[in-house]
Amino acid sequence: MHLLNPESSGHRLPSAALHEASSVPKIFPGEMLPPPSMDHLDELEAQSIYILREAFARLKKLALLWSLGKDSNVMIWLARKAFFGRVPFPALHVDTGKKFPEMYAFRDRFGKEWDLDLKVEPCPPIDAVDPTLPPAARSAARKTEGLKWALNKYGFDGLIAGIRRDEEATRAKERVFSPRGLEGGWDVRDQPPEFWDQFNASVPQGAHLRVHPILHWTEADIWAYTKRENIPIIPLYLSKEGKRYRSLGDQDITNPVASTASNIDEILAELDGTKVPERAGRALDHETEDAFERLRVAGYL
Amino acid sequence: MNMILPASVSATPNGTTRPQVRIVIVGHVDHGKSTLVGRLLHETGSLPEGKLEMLKAVSARRGMPFEWSFLLDALQTERDQGITIDTTQIRFRTRSRDVVLIDAPGHAEFLRNMITGASQADGAVLIIDALEGVRDQTRRHGYLLHLLGIKQVAIVVNKMDRVDFGADRFKEISDEISAHLIGLGVTPSAIIPISARDGDGVAEHTPRIGWYQGPTVVEALDALEPARPLEQLALRLPVQAIYKFDDRRIVAGRIESGHLAAGDEIVIMPAGKIAKIKTVESWPVTPLKGSHGAGRSVGITLDRELFIERGDVIAHAGATPRDTRRIRARIFWLHDKPLSKGDQILIRLGTRETRASVVAIEKAVDPGELSNEETKAIARNHVGEIDISLAQPIAADPYQENPRTGRLVIEVNGRIAGGGLVLSVDAGQRAVPIDIVPVESALRPEERSARYHHNGAVIWLTGLPGSGKSTLARALERRLFSRGGSPILLDGDTLRAGLNNDLGFSPQDRSENIRRLAEVATHLARNGHVAIVAAVSPAIADRAAARRIADTMFREVHVAAPAEVCESRDPKGHYAKARSGALPSFTGITNDYQPPTACELRIDTSIRSVADATEEIERMLGETGILFDELVDLAANI
Repeated sequence: MHLLNPESSGHRLPSAALHEASSVPKIFPGEMLPPPSMDHLDELEAQSIYILREAFARLKKLALLWSLGKDSNVMIWLARKAFFGRVPFPALHVDTGKKFPEMYAFRDRFGKEWDLDLKVEPCPPIDAVDPTLPPAARSAARKTEGLKWALNKYGFDGLIAGIRRDEEATRAKERVFSPRGLEGGWDVRDQPPEFWDQFNASVPQGAHLRVHPILHWTEADIWAYTKRENIPIIPLYLSKEGKRYRSLGDQDITNPVASTASNIDEILAELDGTKVPERAGRALDHETEDAFERLRVAGYL
Repeated sequence: MNMILPASVSATPNGTTRPQVRIVIVGHVDHGKSTLVGRLLHETGSLPEGKLEMLKAVSARRGMPFEWSFLLDALQTERDQGITIDTTQIRFRTRSRDVVLIDAPGHAEFLRNMITGASQADGAVLIIDALEGVRDQTRRHGYLLHLLGIKQVAIVVNKMDRVDFGADRFKEISDEISAHLIGLGVTPSAIIPISARDGDGVAEHTPRIGWYQGPTVVEALDALEPARPLEQLALRLPVQAIYKFDDRRIVAGRIESGHLAAGDEIVIMPAGKIAKIKTVESWPVTPLKGSHGAGRSVGITLDRELFIERGDVIAHAGATPRDTRRIRARIFWLHDKPLSKGDQILIRLGTRETRASVVAIEKAVDPGELSNEETKAIARNHVGEIDISLAQPIAADPYQENPRTGRLVIEVNGRIAGGGLVLSVDAGQRAVPIDIVPVESALRPEERSARYHHNGAVIWLTGLPGSGKSTLARALERRLFSRGGSPILLDGDTLRAGLNNDLGFSPQDRSENIRRLAEVATHLARNGHVAIVAAVSPAIADRAAARRIADTMFREVHVAAPAEVCESRDPKGHYAKARSGALPSFTGITNDYQPPTACELRIDTSIRSVADATEEIERMLGETGILFDELVDLAANI
């Protein structure tokens, strides 16, 4: 991994270890040797690339939602693999204006380095949001509104989002291609069938589809892949003074967890032993039993 | 799901050291699927901190006794109704492997969700209530496991506490379900008596089921094997897309079976074109050496430029899939409206999509019923065998030969409505209904070409409104006619005035308009004429369809001119109307014209004279074998 924080560069992997774990198939001398078999990360990667290519082939106007977190960074990496180096659609950052400074620095640097067509869209003020939601959920719901604005502005018919089934119960029920209503809402009771990697890609006029290329990944998969592929991360994920962020959201509604993990190997070891959910530091998940579900039905990620 | 489980998440990529197996739990509603999952998590020490206490508190607040199933039924609606609506996935570890448990709803109303969940599984656990026994949904799920191609099935007879752990009742149910499954060609790997609520038989044998000697549920899960990649089968690479992001022309797709390497001789089906793989491209390192096997998403370049499109299947010479317009399939149906003979549907097989019609329906039954009474249409949640006739040829395999290219889904109104297995394909058979026998022309093609000095062709002029298609088409018509040929002009609007007056301007209608244009033009071309088609034809897919119809007689000419130039010409006044909002789906302004990426000729009419451009088309027709002999002389006289 590259780090924005130069002090942490000591945690970079030795290049030999990276080479060993690289996705590049090994060269077999002679023709009779068996093809390189795929490991777990290879399988995840191949499936995600397949999904991204299906989305690009079947939708007219795509954007990738870049939240700057570890998941969407992996997703951008996968998109670059899928399309041979350059992401052929915009990366959309719906900006609450309340992210950590490290996140903005990351965006500004890698938006350029990765040659992204970066579109930053602001969110509406808090007053424009459903006042019956609990405070943190209401704050997060601004992002849903910002997303609606961006959808109207650009007319995207597909949004690629980096959610995962293992994050949260309602996300576990998502489809890979998930149709949204005209208001961006998710009708969880009437999801179309989806099987054999055949996706429902028909979008009614004015509505859009969410595409979830890393739905089948876990938190540990994300880290293991980030390490293998040497994908840059925001240093907030690494332990500083006994705490680190497992999940990054707005500054005011995201809390760090107690941790001594100061590199990816240590994060992986820590995940192996934890019983604390990934989104434990996300206030909005815990306000009421169904706050998160209500957000998602309204179009939250 | 919302649990980070200590044992569930393998911190190291588990594929390198531990197999990952995906298991779906199916069965009749209320037979205890979610309870079993909750219990399994508890028994394997996989519950997250505080989860059990939280759920107990939720139960108490709602005045309900604690249920293990609350662990999974996390959605509000499911807690209220007490049933699983959609699939949920949970991970945990057993001694030897990582397990992804897929909990699928048992309610008949949610069969589409059960299928969505089960289709991702390597193996299945079919759960049966010891008191209620085998029910309709038990049988239906058993049948669907067969249709989904899931061969490893363990049976769990739950709620044994309700029948006093009676071995007789257990045997009764074992015999009934075994007979049902074996009849479908599925042999259960184990039949296990349990009480999910109390834990008997889940992770350990208890005295109450002392008479049972077989494996526990956890042991049975340990014995299920992860699905093997299909590397041993013949190469099948369905084409997802052709990318031209730089000077490489990359054919992208996922290898569904077999393997490939640079240098391989390949055949592109269904057209049967032959090429050689030049390179296997990747990023950040490219090109890749070596062999690439089933499951990989790859990009390849070929040693020659040929027409290849999304939906084609790449195979090795000598081991190609069949090309067909007729397929027989065994399907399950999920749509509200029953599937009937004569229905128009959309088929997806691999990455190909094609319109099709249902020619015949047989063996339509409700797999939940024992009677197997056959019906004429396939109702919702029922199964049956269908013969389908496809609008265009497709590359396919029977499912026994290749499970990946031997299965298809059916779409109705843009939504997946069913799916199933390809039982047989009729190679190369044209989709002509049985009663139709087209009368062959009395003339031989040579007789016509000797008179006209040209072969039949479809010259397809595509471009923005105002780009000069009609002008060029008329000039070309005049030119060919004066050299003794037989050109026929088909303007995009010619057919719309009569034959196509049932069509509007929606994408579907535009496609159909193009298809009919192409069919008429091809008929003319087969009879020796040069059909000159001038049509905006904005969609690349529609033009590709036209090319398939006219095949080797097709010559695509992109009449290109900058959009501003086209708008300033505005010969039909359409741009002006569109700008004023009177023509909502007008191609020139909405920017939905997709220029050709590979056509026979591209002419920029903003810098070429009409005579010049016409001559260039003529030259192209000469060079590609449509015009002959006099062409050289004619060109010399200009």
